Amino acid sequence: MNWSWPFFFDYLTNGLMLRGAWTTIWLSVISMILGLGLGIVAAMMKMYGNTVIRYIAEFYIWLFRGTPILIQLVIIYTGLPQLGIRLNVIESAILGLALNEGAYLAEIIRAGIMSVDKGQEDASRAVGMTWRERMYLVILPQATRTIIPPLGNQFNGMLKTTSLASVISMEELMRNAQMLAQIEFRVLEAYSVAAIWYLILVSIWSVIQVRIEAHYEKPFGPAAAVSPEAKKELEKAIDKAGQA
Amino acid sequence: MNQQDLPAPNRRANGARTLGEPIVVIDRVQKSFHGNHVLKDVSLTVHKGEVVVICGRSGSGKSTLLRCIDQLETIDGGTIHAAGHLMGFREKNGKLVPLRDAQIARQQRDLGMVFQSFNLFPHVSVIDNITMAPVRILKRDKTEARNEARALLQRVGLPDKENAYPRQLSGGQQQRVAIARALAMKPKVMLFDEPTSALDPEMISEVLDVMIDLSEQGMTMIVVTHEMGFARAAADRVVLMHDGRIVEEAPPEEFFQNPRSEHTRLFLSKILSH
Ligand SMILES: Nc1ncnc2c1ncn2[C@@H]1O[C@H](COP(=O)(O)OP(=O)(O)O)[C@@H](O)[C@H]1O
Ligand SMILES: [Mg+2]
Repeated sequence: MNWSWPFFFDYLTNGLMLRGAWTTIWLSVISMILGLGLGIVAAMMKMYGNTVIRYIAEFYIWLFRGTPILIQLVIIYTGLPQLGIRLNVIESAILGLALNEGAYLAEIIRAGIMSVDKGQEDASRAVGMTWRERMYLVILPQATRTIIPPLGNQFNGMLKTTSLASVISMEELMRNAQMLAQIEFRVLEAYSVAAIWYLILVSIWSVIQVRIEAHYEKPFGPAAAVSPEAKKELEKAIDKAGQA
Repeated sequence: MNQQDLPAPNRRANGARTLGEPIVVIDRVQKSFHGNHVLKDVSLTVHKGEVVVICGRSGSGKSTLLRCIDQLETIDGGTIHAAGHLMGFREKNGKLVPLRDAQIARQQRDLGMVFQSFNLFPHVSVIDNITMAPVRILKRDKTEARNEARALLQRVGLPDKENAYPRQLSGGQQQRVAIARALAMKPKVMLFDEPTSALDPEMISEVLDVMIDLSEQGMTMIVVTHEMGFARAAADRVVLMHDGRIVEEAPPEEFFQNPRSEHTRLFLSKILSH
């Protein structure tokens, strides 16, 4: 057997891996936010646009859900320059991941909007809200409740999907593990450490996800069944118990 | 319910009501859904301060009429004037041009609507349900709007519920919040679409009491309901719809004691026999 614990522990906190993990985090967050924006726009276009706009949205969703993200990234980074469009590695990675994510989120967001009771649209129109006000104040906040859990799962996926950007030499966890593996040829140790870092990131996200879901569930869920007065009493009681 | 058990008509008998100028004028309105002709040449005039009760069996077009008044549906023919607006259109060279979304929204702010299914905003607290439109749309001062909302909650008998979420309230409480929400926009006309039909029997009166109170303070109201007790107590006129038409339109005493239409007699015999 040729497994080296010293290398393993050294890699675990190696600067290259830490930088890679950090890159994975911000790349995921930025791509997710942009993807969310694209997804909302695409969902709106598909639901409320005229025929042409609807077809544009459907074409986008069809295209990016129908092709591997790996091909999308490679085309953006190495193919587009042929058309005179030159993007650097970071731009290409973010664009590819966001476009791909947006296509998936569009469907999730559309389902979320459709899950909002039809009476909510009536009620918001009856108090005189414009389309934008209805969307912004009433429909989207309620759609959020349905959207948040799958959105969280998508972000979990995004943390791992960013590893594909290593093929266009984006220096995130996967790519940095490759580089590390080539220095001492400690391949198993290097990739194991990368795997552990992904596990750490995904686990931290799971904890955050639970809290976010609880927050958006509050007006609807069983927690809401406790009246605010009762909750205050409860908090007071807990405080008192702490002081005693 | 027996006719003798109903409360005596009070408003008209007291002679307290003086009606103002027309505030809702529905003129030969037509409405179809995919070839299903739902409103057939409906005309109705409601005066300022008047309470008109609309009844009729299910599917006769009552909800559609209210929704057309409030522009939740677009009419196919005729005109509706309400609260000083030509609803959904503007006149240009003698022709009617449909309004855009934002302009319709502006008109809708002068009408309040209460739905059978309450339709409160479930994601915000009771007080935010009431202040959302005044603060976010009319850009009213937040503190002022909240104070007014508290006064409205007092008025509908729910002073201690401002921080509750809709789902924590009973149906009757939710419907009273929905009334407060509509009143917060200071509407000139209130439309009610079967406001008590989804309620448990013991909660019906708490909502009707609020509505009667509102009518006594001079609010113009069009109320779709089968609560004949409310009609007797608060209505100036009762209207019967049948198959997309208004077939009877009379003061309550006349409507109940001396109906002219065969449809009304049939309707009354059905509704008063249980
Ligand atoms: N949005 C709609 N789409 C298609 N048909 C509708 C719609 N709303 C109402 N209708 C039809 O119009 C008729 C009248 O309905 P409605 O106005 O709800 O009656 P009511 O309130 O008197 O029970 C019914 O036949 C109903 O099926
Ligand atoms: Mg109805």
